[in-house]
Amino acid sequence: MKIGRRSFLSFVIGGAAGTAITPLPWKLMDDSSIWSQNWPWTPVPPDGEYSQSNSVCTLCPGGCGITVRKVDDRVVKIEGMKGHPVNDGGLCLMGLSGLQLLYGPTRVKTPLKRVGKRGEGKWEKISWDEAISEVAKKLADIRSNGGSHTVGSIVDSENGTVPNLFKRFLTTYGSPNFMTMPSIQDSYAMTLQVMQGVSAQVGFDAENADFILSFGSGIIDGWGSPVRMFKANSAWKANGKKVVQIEPRLSNTAAKSDKWIPINPGTEAALALGLANVIITNSLDSKKISQSSGFDSFKKLVQNEYGTEKVSKITGINSATIVSLAKNFARASKPLAICGKGQGSIPGSLNEFMAVHALNALVGNINKEGGVWAVTDTKYINWPKPEMDSIAENGIQKERIDGAGSEYPHTKSLLNRLAEVINSGDGSLEALFVSGANPLYSMPDSKAIKNAFDNIPFIVSFSSYMDETASNADLILPNHVYLERYEDVPTPAGLSKPIVGLTRPVVKPQFNTKHVGDVVMLIAKALGGGIADAFPWESYEACLKETLGVKWDILVEKGFEFNGDKCILEGDFNFYPDAMKSLSDFSSVSIEGSAISYPLILIPYDTIRLANGYIGDPPFAIKAVEDTVLKGKNSCVEINPKTGKELGLTEGRYASLLTPRGKAKVRVHLYEGIMPGIVALPRGLGHTAYDKYLAGKGCNFNELIGSTEDPVSGLDEAWGIRARLTKV
Amino acid sequence: MSTQDDKAKEVSADGVAGPIILFFILGLAASLVFGWIIFPKLLYSQKKQPIDFNHVLHVEAVEEGCESCHFFREDGSFSGIPKLAQCVDCHEDAQGEDPNEVKFVEEYVANGREVPWLVYARQPDCVFFSHAAHVKKAEMDCGTCHGHIGESEHSRVYEENRITGYSRDIWGKNISGLKKHTWERMKMDDCAECHTTKEIKTDVETLPWPINWLPRPYEKQTGNKARVKTVKEACFVCHK
Repeated sequence: MKIGRRSFLSFVIGGAAGTAITPLPWKLMDDSSIWSQNWPWTPVPPDGEYSQSNSVCTLCPGGCGITVRKVDDRVVKIEGMKGHPVNDGGLCLMGLSGLQLLYGPTRVKTPLKRVGKRGEGKWEKISWDEAISEVAKKLADIRSNGGSHTVGSIVDSENGTVPNLFKRFLTTYGSPNFMTMPSIQDSYAMTLQVMQGVSAQVGFDAENADFILSFGSGIIDGWGSPVRMFKANSAWKANGKKVVQIEPRLSNTAAKSDKWIPINPGTEAALALGLANVIITNSLDSKKISQSSGFDSFKKLVQNEYGTEKVSKITGINSATIVSLAKNFARASKPLAICGKGQGSIPGSLNEFMAVHALNALVGNINKEGGVWAVTDTKYINWPKPEMDSIAENGIQKERIDGAGSEYPHTKSLLNRLAEVINSGDGSLEALFVSGANPLYSMPDSKAIKNAFDNIPFIVSFSSYMDETASNADLILPNHVYLERYEDVPTPAGLSKPIVGLTRPVVKPQFNTKHVGDVVMLIAKALGGGIADAFPWESYEACLKETLGVKWDILVEKGFEFNGDKCILEGDFNFYPDAMKSLSDFSSVSIEGSAISYPLILIPYDTIRLANGYIGDPPFAIKAVEDTVLKGKNSCVEINPKTGKELGLTEGRYASLLTPRGKAKVRVHLYEGIMPGIVALPRGLGHTAYDKYLAGKGCNFNELIGSTEDPVSGLDEAWGIRARLTKV
Repeated sequence: MSTQDDKAKEVSADGVAGPIILFFILGLAASLVFGWIIFPKLLYSQKKQPIDFNHVLHVEAVEEGCESCHFFREDGSFSGIPKLAQCVDCHEDAQGEDPNEVKFVEEYVANGREVPWLVYARQPDCVFFSHAAHVKKAEMDCGTCHGHIGESEHSRVYEENRITGYSRDIWGKNISGLKKHTWERMKMDDCAECHTTKEIKTDVETLPWPINWLPRPYEKQTGNKARVKTVKEACFVCHK
């Protein structure tokens, strides 16, 4: 028998025929299709018992209610809480991505002590006992050497129990240097102070307004309480209310408004006063308000100095538009003017805030439905006054390092001045606590801040994440993230109804972290004496429970509670406070740099997809950023095609962006929606810390800009900086 | 004329036809042996459960049968295989001397660690299955799908499909895909056996006149049983 090619083929055919009548091909086909559904990168929810808990999101000052869905002990989804007065079921991109901040790679898992050089990233894991005794020892040394006033703290806001624990700690320790991260809330609070004589937070009854005049506020780009503003904006659209957006760039908010009016940046105050002039001249103002003090001087000011023609020249908006805008605004039944650019992280010029507030007063919408409210929380933090020893008494009498309360008597905190004071040698800090804030990234002029921090010998970060400030600290005492801890959430930014919310643990702490409130108390106890006595509570939770009193049960059940009614504060309205006198000779808010060396103007812009405060973009969110904002590893700058042509820059080209403060490599995006001569750069990129998903992407706007002090408030008013853009 | 060629053909045919058929049969036989016997052995790996579990012993000890451990939660979802917390209710300490129980208490209860049970009936994640609908509403017996598991004294070997990672119970022990009992296979076709054919009789009330927007004209469902026969666009009932 000869075995040849034919035999072989016959064997193969026989094999094939046989295989067809075995289950093999059919089973493999079935299995491979199932296999293709089970690739390891396909996210699969875990199986187990489902449950839901209500809490409050604290990723921004928005204070949205959240409903957290869990499977057994694992959080699988965060949704907006239905029926919550802030967001009623809605949630933003950051809020939805909160899971990644809980389980993501950027968390600090245990107390860390620096072993290498600062910022080198070399850490030693230490126990909580060691960490607390180290801080206490350091603070005891500083105090015994008479330097109690050289200890400072930077926290996210001044409201709520955690900031107040820091404040109480510093007070009993003997330091006045309790500093907070700046925002437009500061400027608004000061405006209410000088024009209405009230110490309150501003609230807008946005939902009930029917004509919204926004001076660059990013209504749908994260201004105020973001989800609440999205909802208000949708309601305006649905009910035919008008939104007019005034800003030099066609932002998302401008694109969705009924009318976008481009304006020369920095001249918003002039426009507001120009509008006031048209309203007064045409007798469209609320008659009641003209009885207010200073009205005649104000009238004289706008009529003499802010004639339509002149304002048109200053702002670049034609006269007819100014007149019709003023008339439409004044004739609306519930007009509302708002200001604070973008997400409102830069406090801005007080003149602008006063001018816009005067505009609201002119149309009679102060403390009215659809108008501006002065909101004061019903104070729920009523801790007994602490006993102070002589060191504490002396310490708090010392001048603050940032000049707030002395050079600028009405301002509470001026973090923007800290870097300069330290770098010029006018003041120094021996120790600094940073909690809920990332000043090394989010304060203007990062380089100067970094230098100043280099001059502070002892920095303690309480961050849950390895952010820029934490990675430059000496000691990190990681806080629980918001899904693991209790905390009260006072009235969110811009809300006209005072409420208090409760953030509460929905999962057990995932790592060896501790609540920052507990840590502050432990440090106080380790220091002993009057400092320890000022914190009689067993734990932060006990302190919070006692502080909230009867509200506690309601908050645990419902998640929020109205904290008093809308506060009607009928302070006499003063149209022409002293602070406004500088407006008699208008000059636009000045920016740094000479027009000759730096022919262009750089402005920042915000988008809801980029977080630029304490929290950096989680991986989900950074993926949502368009490639006209971040392309590859580079931020894109927006310039008008005309500007592009003059500079010989085409779409997608690499360019070098130079300002008096710094330099960055960027890519060019030609955009019709920006005024010629202006360059716009997104905020929220250019992180050097956090994780590989965020670090090294784009450039940080704050490295390119400095801080400019407002002459009245001392707060940062820099809306931009001069810049040069050259081909690379 | 062409005799030589014909001869040559004949010769070759005589000499080759035999081996061709033989090799065809060999190939056929080899593939059949491979496909029916060797392939299933290669496809499935054999795994042992972490603890050898005796259902008989437990069913005798508990009061409410299967539902004592495999119960419905308050929200109607099904608990499936019990979590450690439920076992601990009785087994905080070893109750007997069975080495399996001792191992369970020492390794899992003492360390608070969940037992990594291998689930014979786990379906792919694209399948949405409600125990409540079948057990509560349709009053089906556990055994219809799960067989006589409650009568087992030992945990049987878990055979894991090396390609899909699922248990052999889904396709069925018989590699041909045939079955004798309802619980021997858990593929979609097996679900469909009921869902395409069975019309569960529901209590209906005949309406006095035709109302054409009701699902079944002239009839209104009054009982709490739902139709199980799937209709067009019913895919998403199970495939969410």
